[in-house]
Amino acid sequence: MSVLTDLRIGETAMLASLDLPDSVQNYLMHMGFVPDAQVTALRRAPAGDPTVYGVDGMEIALRRETAESIRIRSNTDALRGEVGAELGKIGEKSGREAQAEIHEFAGATR
Amino acid sequence: MNACCETPAFETPEAPASGGLSTVVLIGPPNSGKSTLFNRLTGLRQKVANYPGVTVEQRMGLMSGVNRDDLTLIDLPGVYSLTPYSEDARVSVDVLKGKMPGTPKPDAVLLVLDSLHLTRQLMLAAPVLALGLPTLVLLNMSDLMETRGGQIDTLKLAKELGAPVAQISAVHGSGMDAIPLFLNQCALPRSAKKADQLLTLPVLGNAASTHTWAAQVSRRTGYRAPLSAESSRKLDNILLHRIWGPLLFLVVVVAVFEVVFSIGQPLSNGFGDVLARMGSLARPWLPAGWLQSLLIDGAWKGISSVLVFLPQILLLFLFIGVLEDSGYLARAALIADRVMRTTGLNGKAFIPLLSAYACAVPAIMATRTIENKRDRFATILVTPFMTCSARLPVYMLLIAAFIPNKTFLHGILGLQTIVMLGLYLAGFIAAMTTAWLLKSSILKSSEAPFILELPQYRMPTLRSLMMRLVDRARVFLRQAGTVILSVTLALWLLAHIPPVPGQGGHYTAPELADSMIGKMGHVIEPVIAPLGFNWKVGIGLISSVLAREVMVSTMGTLYGADPETQSMHLQNALHTDMTLGGAVALMIFFAFAMQCTSTMAVVRRETNSWKWPAIQFAYMLTLAWLGAFAVNHIITALFG
Repeated sequence: MSVLTDLRIGETAMLASLDLPDSVQNYLMHMGFVPDAQVTALRRAPAGDPTVYGVDGMEIALRRETAESIRIRSNTDALRGEVGAELGKIGEKSGREAQAEIHEFAGATR
Repeated sequence: MNACCETPAFETPEAPASGGLSTVVLIGPPNSGKSTLFNRLTGLRQKVANYPGVTVEQRMGLMSGVNRDDLTLIDLPGVYSLTPYSEDARVSVDVLKGKMPGTPKPDAVLLVLDSLHLTRQLMLAAPVLALGLPTLVLLNMSDLMETRGGQIDTLKLAKELGAPVAQISAVHGSGMDAIPLFLNQCALPRSAKKADQLLTLPVLGNAASTHTWAAQVSRRTGYRAPLSAESSRKLDNILLHRIWGPLLFLVVVVAVFEVVFSIGQPLSNGFGDVLARMGSLARPWLPAGWLQSLLIDGAWKGISSVLVFLPQILLLFLFIGVLEDSGYLARAALIADRVMRTTGLNGKAFIPLLSAYACAVPAIMATRTIENKRDRFATILVTPFMTCSARLPVYMLLIAAFIPNKTFLHGILGLQTIVMLGLYLAGFIAAMTTAWLLKSSILKSSEAPFILELPQYRMPTLRSLMMRLVDRARVFLRQAGTVILSVTLALWLLAHIPPVPGQGGHYTAPELADSMIGKMGHVIEPVIAPLGFNWKVGIGLISSVLAREVMVSTMGTLYGADPETQSMHLQNALHTDMTLGGAVALMIFFAFAMQCTSTMAVVRRETNSWKWPAIQFAYMLTLAWLGAFAVNHIITALFG
């Protein structure tokens, strides 16, 4: 799990959770920073901070210390998770099939 | 088209007031166009611009724009939710819930949403609709929605929300007829209306669930967000570029002043000639004697010496207007955040500070968008250091009188412009240093988060720019007709008493130095002599506590009352009566001193105590005196 500041410019990730005081968190969520939202790092201010993030079609600038408290899941991680689950399912299925075949084979040889 | 317009058009209200409808409120997220709509519906001229947080307090007006003079419309600061986060948002929530003393409880709600970002904006619809007031949902900026290929089924949305929905464009005035129709429907007795019960509203107070709900609603209503303006991104590639961004920012600032000087100065001189001619044309119509002296040499000379600067001030406001309306201001805030940060000021402080270049009073009100109270107070305390437009006449007068018109870089950059920029810089540095001192001592606080929404760039409309200029000119003229006129008359009177007996038993005015005002001036002279100021400047300093530009009119009146300098241009009169050191010191004094009663009043109101404006006044005065003292001695030592 990484945080929003880890995003390089142009990268997009899925927002996981916010770790900020309630009032700030609530405010940010109403600006579109909700779990599962796609957040893109658009550009850094000339001085390197704050960074402009794109969320929900809006551009919102956040200072580093705020962005650091916003956890993200990289989209590849999220995808990897899905693929993993899918692979697992396939594995399970083939395992079951193999089991059945073995049983069948065992039955036949008996 | 939408639920509201299914009713036949032009249905006359059966009983306009019988439904108990008298107050309508405008609510919506920041920068969704509420104030533009307010102006359209009331015919009033509320300030609008392209950045979030322009409106910081509730404003009321009669809805004469749609022929409903019987209804009061309230414009509110933008909110993202009904859980208030900053001072301005608290105002909105209080008014909406009828908890604001002195403001009537609203009977109906116009919910303004920016249709370009509808999903997110719908999050506000849930708590607003849950209030149970009759609500019309207005999807603003429908013109941009269309041109950029967005889509929404308003009928479905109306069903989902259980409230009528209309698409409008507040800027262009389209779709406005939905509003009177809705109001007429509201006025009908309750039984006549369908009792739609909202079943889909989410549990309130949970942002995540509200967002899920909003996303579902926008999906079910076939909402397709319009393509975000690529042009905005492309512009930002340059305007927020690591190198070009700050450089262009500087170029913009320098160019503004160069234009205010190189184009504004001749305009002002021409205007000054016209005003002087008007005075001399009026002279023969008045009987020679004290009345002529009072009106022409006293009042007219004083007022016109300030009025002269109107063209330059309007030019400055034109530039500020373009910067505000285009959406560049938010970018400038982003560029300047690094500086703000080292001083410990909240990043949001930048927009109020920048608008203080026009006037400190609205700037201090604009600090309401800063959530943290200590941050807000620190910003309020340093705002008057920013060079407001009232200082401009003083600077212009002294620069024109004392700084030679040399140019550098093939005539692109003038020495006068450089001095002017230096004065602006002096004010800015004083503000930043003071902010740093405050934030590292009495107003220390944990760093507040900086969250700034960057609006898309928009072409400023001529209408909006013209409105700003007209309003500004009106304020300037009102000031000239009230404060400046009365100060001028009082000064003339004080310059003419006690009368001394002349030839033939007639009484004439005393020598200026022997008059009441002359004696007063000589009393304070010892305090200001080390700064290189004579007693006339001293009188100017005292009278300009009311407002800075009074300094110029006071000088106009005093030099006009003195027979020696009566026929001279004010510039020349000053030139003969002051040293270069004194003149530059005077500009520095004005850069630092808090010569403005309106600012003191607004600081008292916003901080709710006299303590802060008193501290602020004393601190700024001390700094002004010390700065002027140092500058006077340095300049005198360098240039003799």
